Amino acid sequence: MPEKTLVSDITDDVIVPGVKKKDPIVVAHAVSRRFGGLTAVDVAHLEIPRGSITALIGPNGAGKTTFFNLLTGFDKPNTGNWTFKGKSLAGVPAFKVSRMGMVRTFQLTKALSGMTVLENMRLGATKQGGENIFISLFKPLWKAKEDEITERAMQLLAKFKLDTKKDDYASSLSGGQKKLLEMARALMSSPELVMLDEPMAGVNPALTQSLLGHIVNLKDEGMTVLFVEHDMHMVNTIADWVVVMAEGKVVAEGPPSTVMSDPAVIDAYLGAHHASDLGTIEGQLEVAEEMESDLIRSEVEQDAEAAGIAVPTHEPAHSTDAASTPVDGEEKK
Amino acid sequence: MNGNFIWLTIGQIFDPTVAAYALATIGLVIHFGFTGLLNFGQAGFMAVGGYAFAITSVIYDWPLWASFLAAILAATVFALILGIPTLRLRADYLSIVTIAAAEIIRLSVKTPEFSDVTGGSEGINGAARAFNDVNPLPEGRWGLMGTPLVYNQDQWWVRIVGWGLVALACLLVFLLMRSPWGRVIMGIREDEDAVRSLGKNVFSYKIQALILGGVLGGLAGVVFILPRSLQPDNYGTQLTFFLYTIMLLGGAATVFGPVVGSILFWVTLSLTDGLLSLGIEAGVLPLTTTQTGPIRFIIVGVALMLLVIFRPQGIFGKKKDLHFA
Repeated sequence: MPEKTLVSDITDDVIVPGVKKKDPIVVAHAVSRRFGGLTAVDVAHLEIPRGSITALIGPNGAGKTTFFNLLTGFDKPNTGNWTFKGKSLAGVPAFKVSRMGMVRTFQLTKALSGMTVLENMRLGATKQGGENIFISLFKPLWKAKEDEITERAMQLLAKFKLDTKKDDYASSLSGGQKKLLEMARALMSSPELVMLDEPMAGVNPALTQSLLGHIVNLKDEGMTVLFVEHDMHMVNTIADWVVVMAEGKVVAEGPPSTVMSDPAVIDAYLGAHHASDLGTIEGQLEVAEEMESDLIRSEVEQDAEAAGIAVPTHEPAHSTDAASTPVDGEEKK
Repeated sequence: MNGNFIWLTIGQIFDPTVAAYALATIGLVIHFGFTGLLNFGQAGFMAVGGYAFAITSVIYDWPLWASFLAAILAATVFALILGIPTLRLRADYLSIVTIAAAEIIRLSVKTPEFSDVTGGSEGINGAARAFNDVNPLPEGRWGLMGTPLVYNQDQWWVRIVGWGLVALACLLVFLLMRSPWGRVIMGIREDEDAVRSLGKNVFSYKIQALILGGVLGGLAGVVFILPRSLQPDNYGTQLTFFLYTIMLLGGAATVFGPVVGSILFWVTLSLTDGLLSLGIEAGVLPLTTTQTGPIRFIIVGVALMLLVIFRPQGIFGKKKDLHFA
């Protein structure tokens, strides 16, 4: 289990949405974005603590990705101002935001599929003289820098276990590997703030473990991480701080343990049974019992019996005629 | 039986018109093949370059170097006018604006109001005068190794300069596309938001690519009018689509694709013309001589369809570079 930043190191104030942080890297104030009549984002005040891992969670359509786009200059807000390292970012185009040290990845992976893995990585490096059209014509002028960034790219690729694929086209990578590549590519510029939009979406469990490790490493190397994620397990495991959005607003924030038990968060996002694992019959039983629905319970109990799992023995009144209840593979979630 | 057309066909390989088409296609390859810019107005760039050269040299008597510079500058300005408002928008806006702008150029230069300068629908004659004045070749006519391919000194001069420019343009594209600049350009073709997120000024790169390809188009316009007079109707939309045909033939993201594509395009046209005439003379084909012209293009069209179906990456292209398929 990674070592977490103490809450007392993040803030001293009473924890409410928009609480002041001791050392914020990003401060957003009154940021709103409307699409026609829909207000996608309406954040009154939010500070992202430096040097820690912040998770941004919320239901689908809560405005998390839109907020990401606003912060990184990929979209323009209707109102509001926000700063990065104390410098205002309002009206600053996306590429300049990135150059300032705030690099993002995308929810739908944007690996440049027609280029090799290594070329993808090299593209991530900043301050390349050879990217000037006149300098680019003379190889000796950019050769040294190219060697330097290639070496750096290979180090990062090795870290992400992609070094053997360096000459493969990015299109030949699996979905999870593309996520890794995108993250590695973002790190080529040595950013201060890494913004990951659903880094775990579509990544298999074995890879999830290593990806978690990578994200924690970023923090150890002094970077700040802000990520959007639906996987509560991941949020619990690595996040130092959690910000919950719903309907465009920040409805709660705080350390994961506190936030997960906040009734507002449970209502808006997690649901009453977020702790039960609906993938297992035990979990379904738990939920069925609480719902006090005989039909659901009898169905689940049947499945449980079929699977040889001990069913709690209270109220077995209708278990005799349960066999006649049609069951259509309810457990196959 | 008249086998002359075979020599004509071989002559196409050195023809300055073929060089002009190759040069314009190299510009298009920079736009479409490498950067992903959908420029449907390359004929407009050729017209702008050609007119700038012809007007400055014939009407205003500028020295040759100044006329060349005028062609380059005019193409640059044209690229800026088209690019600045559209390149921040989605890709399709550029294609709409370029196809319209090319037609606007062609129709504007034809209007009688401008005919003092542009020659109206008559066009401009004698644009090659200043160019031929600096011809270092001695007067005379030479053939190529005893073949019937005999040209005079001016014809050789335009062939040398035209193909020299093509070679230079190929070298330029090669040097650029192996460099970090080319990497950014190809990244933009794949996904411009990803490139933007990595701190590259995508808009600036797109403008640079548009100018570069446009200037090559403008120079192609100059090479195009050197062996003939300047005619506004040569710059219709079909010219742009011939260039696209050539590009797809050779491969959209290749260095030598445009050269080979252009030669193949013209060789095919010339060869089919000869063969069809031959067939008509011999009474084998139930056609009239006036029908051969359109039929050549039908054959080219069918060839293009077969190409796109069976080898969509073109002759030289790599399948991986097929971003538009």
